[in-house]
Amino acid sequence: MVSTSEPVGIAGAAVTDVAHYAIALGDDALIASQRLTEWITLAPQLEEDVALGNIALDLLGQARLLFQYAGSLLDPPVGEDDLAYFRDERAFRNVSLVERPNGDFAVTMARLLVFSAYQLELYSRLVQSTDSTLAAIAAKAVKEVAYHRDHARQWVLRLGDGTAESHARMQTALDAEWPWTAELFEAGWLAPELVAGGLAVDPAALAQPALAWVRAVVAEATLAEPEVRPAVSFGRVGRHTEEMGRLLAELQHLARSHPGATW
Amino acid sequence: MGYPRVVSTFDDLIAANERVEPRDEMPDAYRATLVRQIAQHAHSEIIGMQPEGNWLTRAPSLRRKAILLAKVQDEAGHGLYLYAAAETLGVSRDELLDALHAGKQKYSSIFNYPTLTWADIGAIGWLVDGAAIVNQVPLCRCSYGPYARAMVRVCKEESFHQRQGFELLHTLSHGTEAQHAMAQDAVDRWWWPSLMMFGPPDDASTHTGQSMAWGIKRFSNDTLRQRFVDMTVPQAEALGLTLPDPELRWNEERSSWDFGEIDFTELFEVVKGNGPCNAQRLAHRVRAHEEGAWVREAASAYAEKRAAREVA
Ligand SMILES: [Fe+2]
Ligand SMILES: [Fe+2]
Repeated sequence: MVSTSEPVGIAGAAVTDVAHYAIALGDDALIASQRLTEWITLAPQLEEDVALGNIALDLLGQARLLFQYAGSLLDPPVGEDDLAYFRDERAFRNVSLVERPNGDFAVTMARLLVFSAYQLELYSRLVQSTDSTLAAIAAKAVKEVAYHRDHARQWVLRLGDGTAESHARMQTALDAEWPWTAELFEAGWLAPELVAGGLAVDPAALAQPALAWVRAVVAEATLAEPEVRPAVSFGRVGRHTEEMGRLLAELQHLARSHPGATW
Repeated sequence: MGYPRVVSTFDDLIAANERVEPRDEMPDAYRATLVRQIAQHAHSEIIGMQPEGNWLTRAPSLRRKAILLAKVQDEAGHGLYLYAAAETLGVSRDELLDALHAGKQKYSSIFNYPTLTWADIGAIGWLVDGAAIVNQVPLCRCSYGPYARAMVRVCKEESFHQRQGFELLHTLSHGTEAQHAMAQDAVDRWWWPSLMMFGPPDDASTHTGQSMAWGIKRFSNDTLRQRFVDMTVPQAEALGLTLPDPELRWNEERSSWDFGEIDFTELFEVVKGNGPCNAQRLAHRVRAHEEGAWVREAASAYAEKRAAREVA
């Protein structure tokens, strides 16, 4: 595979296109997991602490597999923790949607609804990737995100069609998060050869099926589809929101305080 | 033994070491004792998520983060089994949570200490889950069936947590100098509070006698505490860490470890609410409950609408 010599933020390592792709997908999963983890002990009920913990764990597992693979492609190879803990903010490739700070429970469910719908469409196609490692990671992930998507759907229905207050909160959350979902379906950051060669999935092709499913849930939940313009968002090229720095500071500070240590 | 039983009075069941089941008649005081104990145990599981949750977003490796997430999730699961066991005695989870939030029911005082460094996560797994196991293994044979069965599931997971905590501390102890110091500091701070988890000494324990007669409790506080010390001292050696008790020494005659006097005045202060984190833990729990109220209301409103639509 051709190297794009895109800096990955680790000394001496030039990232290949495949590694770049795996890192972007892994960053989505890691950062989404980190935000969900912030809910633990604060969920609306005990069952939801368990469920959000499950989803966070699944996403963390996906991130680890993707980072392990990406790290193995770099020269010299690096480990999953090098990628998670020792890259600076500008080297992270996740969409801004997943780094946005937690609000109320409706915000988290609005985000999870679209994110898991995107991930399900992505992974259910990536199982056919010409790259057998990515295909195997996708095969495991697709089962997990199907559960996440169903979980988000159940809550959006309950909140949308629950009480007047929950309906209003769910609509507000959907309106606020919707502009940030567009970045999931942008393809400009991805090396076109990867898609043409059947290794990666074209994100733009996921918009129609993912959003059709989301729209059906929104309608069933008696909510209105937001009429908002997409946010101007550059997470995929490493230009994040201000909240990203604080998220990484928390995630990385202990590991960085003890460079070279094993945990 | 199936229903209907041949032996059926409460006293006969206790005498025969049989399990008391929810439909059996039982004295009010037995029921009240169980509700108090199971509720306190359930509350401990969920409050215990907080000191560990404190490090979830900062875990220093992805593997450790995954292990800790799974552990905290297990503790939520333990809470769920235990609230379900309490419900078989006729009290709802909501009532018990209200009592916790109002400060009318307690949880284990150990969770009123703060987790100051990452090593505290190892110390909690090793010592706090370790002490919990010693307390809970006998409860797998408790006279009340649903509680005993919940304990069987809980104990399996707790021993997993204990091994993970040990392994975490072992890695730190054999890591860099700073990591070793972090591990030693955590053990220094958690050792005595862990010993206090077994409750007051036998001569000052108010509930022990009756609970033993009812087959709820099988061993006294001091017996279990000694068992924990004897189990833990060799493990500390294997970790390469010292326990902060200069009086700790092997007693050939008793085939047990002698240990120093526990400062129970501190335990009583923490029980009374004056520990470092009592107010914080409760406020956090109340906040989660209050901020989640609209979500729970929405869920029941939605369920009612659905049920109504199905009827129509
Ligand atoms: Fe537990
Ligand atoms: Fe545990």
